[in-house]
Amino acid sequence: MRRYVAGRLLLMIPTLIGVAILTFVIMRAVPGDIVALKYAGSPVPQSVIDEERHQLGLDKPMWEQFTDWMGEIARFDLGTSLWTGHSVVEEIQIRLPLSIELAIIATLLAVVIAIPLGVVAAVRQDTWADYAIRLFSIGGLAMPSFWIGLLMVLATITFFGWAPPLVFTAITEDPIANLSQMILPALSVGYRYSAVSMRMTRSTVLEVLREDYVRTARAKGVSESLVVMRHALRNALLPVITVISLEFAFLIGGLVVTEQVFNLNGIGKLLVDAVAHRDYTLIQALVLLLAAVFVLINFVVDMVYVVLDPRIRYS
Amino acid sequence: MFNRQIAAFAVALALLLAACTPAPKGGAATQSASGAEQPQPGGTLTFIVNAVPPSFDGHRETTFALLHPVAPFYSTLYKFDPSDLTKVIPDVAAAMPEFSADKLSATIKLRTDVKFHDGTKMTSDDIVATYQKIIFPPTGVLSPRAGAYAAVESISNPAPDSVVFKLKYPSASFATNLASPWNFIYSAAKLKTDIHWYEKNVLGTGPFTYVSYTAGQEWVGKKFPDYFAKDKSGVQLPYLDGYKALIITDANAEVNAIRSKQAAIEFRGFTPQQRDTLSSALGTSLAIQEAPWICVNYVVPNTKKPPFDDVRVRQALTLAIDRYAGSTALQKITIVKDVGGLMRPKGPFAQADADLQKIAGFGTDGAANKAKAKQLLADAGQSNLTFKFLNRNITTPYEPVALFVLDQWKQIGINATHDVKETSAYQADLRAGNFEVALDFNCDFLDEPDLQLAKFWSASGLGKGLNFAYYDDATLDKMIDGQSRETDPAKRKALVADIEKYAMDTKAYQYPVLWWYRIIPYLNTVRGWRIGSNHYTNQDLETVWLAQK
Amino acid sequence: MTDLANVAVRDSDAVARRRYLESTGPRRFARFWGEFIRRRPLGTAGAALIIVMLLTAALADRIAPYDPTAFNFADLLQGPSLQHLLGTDPFGRDVFTRIVYGSRTALLVGFTASFVGCTLGLVLGVIGAYMGGRVDQLIQRLMDVLLSFPLIVIAIAVVAALGTGEGKIGNVIAAITFPIIPRVARVVRSSALSIVNMPYIEATRAVGSGAVRIMFRHIAPNVFAPYLIMLTAFLGQAILLEASLSFLGLGVFEPTPSWGLMLRGAGMQFLEQAPWLAIAPGVAISLAVFGFNLFGDSLRDALDPRLRTA
Repeated sequence: MRRYVAGRLLLMIPTLIGVAILTFVIMRAVPGDIVALKYAGSPVPQSVIDEERHQLGLDKPMWEQFTDWMGEIARFDLGTSLWTGHSVVEEIQIRLPLSIELAIIATLLAVVIAIPLGVVAAVRQDTWADYAIRLFSIGGLAMPSFWIGLLMVLATITFFGWAPPLVFTAITEDPIANLSQMILPALSVGYRYSAVSMRMTRSTVLEVLREDYVRTARAKGVSESLVVMRHALRNALLPVITVISLEFAFLIGGLVVTEQVFNLNGIGKLLVDAVAHRDYTLIQALVLLLAAVFVLINFVVDMVYVVLDPRIRYS
Repeated sequence: MFNRQIAAFAVALALLLAACTPAPKGGAATQSASGAEQPQPGGTLTFIVNAVPPSFDGHRETTFALLHPVAPFYSTLYKFDPSDLTKVIPDVAAAMPEFSADKLSATIKLRTDVKFHDGTKMTSDDIVATYQKIIFPPTGVLSPRAGAYAAVESISNPAPDSVVFKLKYPSASFATNLASPWNFIYSAAKLKTDIHWYEKNVLGTGPFTYVSYTAGQEWVGKKFPDYFAKDKSGVQLPYLDGYKALIITDANAEVNAIRSKQAAIEFRGFTPQQRDTLSSALGTSLAIQEAPWICVNYVVPNTKKPPFDDVRVRQALTLAIDRYAGSTALQKITIVKDVGGLMRPKGPFAQADADLQKIAGFGTDGAANKAKAKQLLADAGQSNLTFKFLNRNITTPYEPVALFVLDQWKQIGINATHDVKETSAYQADLRAGNFEVALDFNCDFLDEPDLQLAKFWSASGLGKGLNFAYYDDATLDKMIDGQSRETDPAKRKALVADIEKYAMDTKAYQYPVLWWYRIIPYLNTVRGWRIGSNHYTNQDLETVWLAQK
Repeated sequence: MTDLANVAVRDSDAVARRRYLESTGPRRFARFWGEFIRRRPLGTAGAALIIVMLLTAALADRIAPYDPTAFNFADLLQGPSLQHLLGTDPFGRDVFTRIVYGSRTALLVGFTASFVGCTLGLVLGVIGAYMGGRVDQLIQRLMDVLLSFPLIVIAIAVVAALGTGEGKIGNVIAAITFPIIPRVARVVRSSALSIVNMPYIEATRAVGSGAVRIMFRHIAPNVFAPYLIMLTAFLGQAILLEASLSFLGLGVFEPTPSWGLMLRGAGMQFLEQAPWLAIAPGVAISLAVFGFNLFGDSLRDALDPRLRTA
């Protein structure tokens, strides 16, 4: 058991190293120069550009830049943004609370909608309720979330003359302003998210309802709702939790378009801007961070499986 | 009972319909900024900036995204008069510069009542340190505009309240260059401790002091109580208690911010449809100012790539573009409007229409021009010309301008494909000469031929890093140099007209498509700000005030 | 007694006939689809949507009344009318025409990205499951790396390196293919694992069949069901991804007609003056993805309800 856990932990390292190398290579292979970009469209002599490249360390040979960076990572130093000169940690720190909060609220919304609906759809399979719920959930998967978001913004501003606050205030400071900024993006993200979770819930509950022990419970005379609630749901939830956690991992850095549409100062926007600027240090740090989050969540989910499902322990 | 129900329903329906009728359009007439009203002190101005600047140092940055939120913290030696933006007036200088008889020396007297935000007095040491950094930057310090001061030989300060600039030769643009909005006056003391201090810190002499900056989100500034300037009635400036600059990059979010009154104004410019959206939503609460803009897009054929080394092909490309038709159509959907040559149309150096129309591509008979273009292509043996047209992936106005040009070319049988690249990659291709024909752009803060013609110097000479047509032409260099030294305005204008004819017609090196047009819709509580020809100057918010209801 | 004998003969005939009918490939195929249409209305609706889309794309030249890229400055931003069913865009181009031609771009991107991605994922999953050991571990790590890599970075990188614009759809397709590969590989691998250990695979190995032959003649066909299902599912997702990338300015570019692109420029800027510009492409995208998802869902239910590929 301990060997299994240790093994899974160790496996995270080669993945992260792979991500680090891939990011480094990709960004350096792509054309574009941050300094040329800073002075785009202005009469800047080449000497100025060369000087700044030298200051940023961009004229060093490729492998030297890589080893420098690896050394920094080893010391837990994420470096300085090439665009603003502020430390990467500072840049990320400002945006992270918003992204995390949005991810959490979207997840909560999704779970609250998805699980009850999924159960209902499974229990009433092939009835109109099932069809309606399945159509609703496929709608969430089919409609582009940024389109939904835009239409929502248009609707609120046309009919109510209200737009969400533009500046992020922490929930501890001003919960109302904070939530009113989060609610529309959380809904547009949450709709899609709940669709995925709902479909998973439905299919696992369906599967579980066919199992022998459910039949036994029914034969024993246990009421249908108790059968569903106590026996079926508990076992069905495991894969659902997997899907929800994996999707959550994508939410932190994956909400690029949503953040653009709702003008949220989050990690997704930071990442896109960084890539557009060719801000190598920031990109590398962000991608590594996001990969680490993803890998960590995967690991936690694996551990939950191990704890809850004894069959896996001995595989 | 049935009748009463119908009546009730009808009343309810009528009320509902009445409530739903949209607000009346219009009432958003162009407003004169400094009307006969009395400015009211107080209030916080919230405005929008739609990009993030790299650093805080005005000497080394080139983006408006720095000026809009940060210029209020600083003063410059001279600036443009907020009520007449073509006139240069003193800011921390006490008077206009006094030139010696041979025009090789300029003495500038300084005000003695200027203080930095930390309480220290400004002296001529600060001016010298500032301009040394700009004109003669030490190694490791970047100053992209140092070249504009090539005429300056040295700077000295004989007294605490005066500065002397010695010039190598008389320069027509020297005085106006001192009004450059980028030349923030820095503290000599801070520069001495760390020459890079101003890249991440703020300490100026301007009307507002720095409060905070949340990266990617907002800047906050508040009134500086010891500011030296007063208005004509002796009221101390600035009128505002403070300001907030919100960073909003999405176009729709910008419009919604003003529409929901969370922000009052954006100083760069909106598209016609954004203006119309705000106009129909806000009605009389909205004011609009519009003006021609010193920004333009150029079509740049790469003379190093055949067949664009053939002048006939280049001429055909410009002749095919019916700029007047383009202007009529495109001004409805994006931020371009006027047809002009190398200098801003309707500006001080613009040619008369009749003269401009004699230049290839600027004639009014579109069909005849296209026929001529086709003939030129046939003569050059390029009847089936095919190439890639390099462009940036920005919607406004690059995309519609490029599409228009491509369509015009298609009409004479040119098969050009739209090669769109993300800005970084586009820059890389431009600088490497890795393209056939590209759409370039230029924005300046002043109608000044030295600035607008900077791209036309020989590519291996003074045009390095600017001239993407990659030609070397000693004749053109001499013409540009000639106009730079000509101090008589009428003669200078004639020289510039010659350059336009030579560069756009005779040699057809690079040519503009359409000049941009600036549209600023804003909440009409904002007063004291007048639109100028560019989005760089007049941003210190000194004279802006808010009309309280 | 003769009656009983007759019955026995008739019964065995019937059985034989039925066995014959069930055994031929094309007939099995036809029966499968007949059942599908009868028992699964949602899936059939999805299939219908897909067919409409395919027909639109194929017959675009006949259906579309105007040229999708011809400017017409006289007719800018017209509302829906008899001449222009869905109005015109800022360049005077007919929106309905562009939607019709846009189906071509959507299908091209969707099919190619999904097909290439799923096939590569299939190959990698089968190889990993069969080879086991180090090869499997290596492939799994690679898939993990690809999975945890933000799509946006891949997209910008691919697009920046290769450029966008007319005729460069390949780059968008390449960018979209990357996230599909690891997801398919994972599912295929776990499916294939259950087959790899079966006795008949052992048998073929004992007979002397080479690894490649075993993998692709015996294992792959048995994971065909999840492969097919994911193909349809990712087709829809690919269309959505193209829309998102175009919205960010990293996808297809003007003047190519593409639904995602129509949402970006004209749609978003003119949201209030000309809402039809944003609604039409959004609805088109939704219907297309809807169709593929409905169909894929019901296909999975029909083929093997135990498959959890979500």
